[in-house]
Amino acid sequence: MQLPRLEVAGIDAWLVRLFDDIDDANMPWIMALLRRCEESLGEALIDLVPSYTTLLVHYDPLQLTPGEARSRLAMLLADLDPEKDGDQGEGTSDNVKELQVWYDDSVGPELSLLQERSGLSREAVIEAHSGQEYRIFALGFAPGFAFMGSLPEQLVLPRLDTPRKRVPAGSVAVANRQTSAYPRISPGGWNLIGRTSAHLFDRKRDGFSLLRVGDRVRFVAVDRKEFEEAGGDTTPVEERGASASRKNS
Amino acid sequence: MSAAAGNNVQLRVERAGPLALLQDAGRFGVRRLGVTQGGPVDIHAWAWANHLLNNQWGAAALEITFGGLSLIAEGDAQLALAGANLEVTLDDDPIEPWSRFGIQAGQRLRFGSPKDGLRAYLAAPGGFLAEPVLGSVAGVAREGLGGHDGQGGKLQKDDTLIFQQGHEEGELPQAPSADERPDYSQPARLALVIGAQSAEFDGASLFAAFNRSWQVDDRADRMGVRLTGPELKCSVSSMISEGIGLGAVQVPPDGQPIILLNDRQTIGGYPRLGALTPLACARLAQCLPGHEVWLQAQALSAAQGDYRRFLRMFRSG
Repeated sequence: MQLPRLEVAGIDAWLVRLFDDIDDANMPWIMALLRRCEESLGEALIDLVPSYTTLLVHYDPLQLTPGEARSRLAMLLADLDPEKDGDQGEGTSDNVKELQVWYDDSVGPELSLLQERSGLSREAVIEAHSGQEYRIFALGFAPGFAFMGSLPEQLVLPRLDTPRKRVPAGSVAVANRQTSAYPRISPGGWNLIGRTSAHLFDRKRDGFSLLRVGDRVRFVAVDRKEFEEAGGDTTPVEERGASASRKNS
Repeated sequence: MSAAAGNNVQLRVERAGPLALLQDAGRFGVRRLGVTQGGPVDIHAWAWANHLLNNQWGAAALEITFGGLSLIAEGDAQLALAGANLEVTLDDDPIEPWSRFGIQAGQRLRFGSPKDGLRAYLAAPGGFLAEPVLGSVAGVAREGLGGHDGQGGKLQKDDTLIFQQGHEEGELPQAPSADERPDYSQPARLALVIGAQSAEFDGASLFAAFNRSWQVDDRADRMGVRLTGPELKCSVSSMISEGIGLGAVQVPPDGQPIILLNDRQTIGGYPRLGALTPLACARLAQCLPGHEVWLQAQALSAAQGDYRRFLRMFRSG
């Protein structure tokens, strides 16, 4: 099917489908369109949600009819080119954001499971997780929660059968081909493998979220001392994940 | 902001009830960070409550779900009420829904239980005052953002709500006519614009979706409302997550749709039949579990036209 496509997402929203499959290379295109929408729609723009393969554009129904919004978007898409679109604004930075992580059983109860399933040593698991860059495909689930990928094949684990009711803030987690960190205490079904001292979401920070869609991220392994010095909370995870009944899917 | 710096008036919470949250129009421009929209789940009643006091669009009003709330006035003021009939009394006198009324220091405003509809909106002159968080006062408990305390908290006993004593000159608007008030006791007819993955549903499911009645399930809150009825079969079971608009009708593998409302997650990966219009979402938000609802397809331009007329009435100036 021909891409991009514009799909009705409500009386005041279009969903722009730019790609069919998850790919690292999608994000510069999606973020280039996001910036163009901001520049061009101005006051008529209500909100934008970039995610993996799409951009949701929510516009003011008093300023644009669905047809007008659609034409505007079609024009913005016509000659979209992240290379020529300049390097200013959201999603254009090539900086890699680093998150310090203390990988330990006490704060990452599924670290041993990951070892078991991958057949790798503890050191090799940590090296595999922290040894590459990840791309942020979307923020969602909770404010500042970044869906990052893609994990190396050996580190793939399905979600927990039964989510935890209270995942501590800073928990670094994996599920399927993705990894993330929980910005604040919340329920969660991902496998916990460590904890970061980074403040992922702060209402007083300019821009609020440390991580933004399109960013590149690298995890940096630190020991307990460094983690504590950086302000990390070493309180162990008490709630067990329901891993015993976990299927091998 | 209102012009004259009048005296502040407080309402003290004597009894909190199950859920009462401050809501302005919602939190916009930060959904890309995973921050939900928030705002009143019944935008129609919320807008009317503010309108009755000549408040500007976006003024924070109190959304009272189910009732059970009791407030003591610590000053004199005019307030307005719209939405559900929660059997509200001022001391012992009944207060009609969709009305404006005076309240004096020491009087008790008490919300009973739902007689018709589920959510009432209480507006104060100029809106209730609270610190905006990420640009909005909308209270979202799950995210810990907004509300009267800035932490998304629902009202608790001994909390106070603050607003400025109004000095509004000129005539206040008329209460809505009977025609303008929805009859919440009737089956809800919910307008939906078809879109998204609608082509992936089989013909029998599409027929059933619009020609069979649905019931509101008890799994219903500010994030979404689940409907029970015929099983909708879709050839797609899950998708790559994408941005989800207000009113999206998502259908998980059990075939029972979930209508996503203001506190929905920003992205999701279930196939969707389309999206309810904002006014249909507002109507759905007044339905108690077991209420009968019908989905009705509406053309996009006509549905937007209806909403424009609604917005023009309240959002001028």
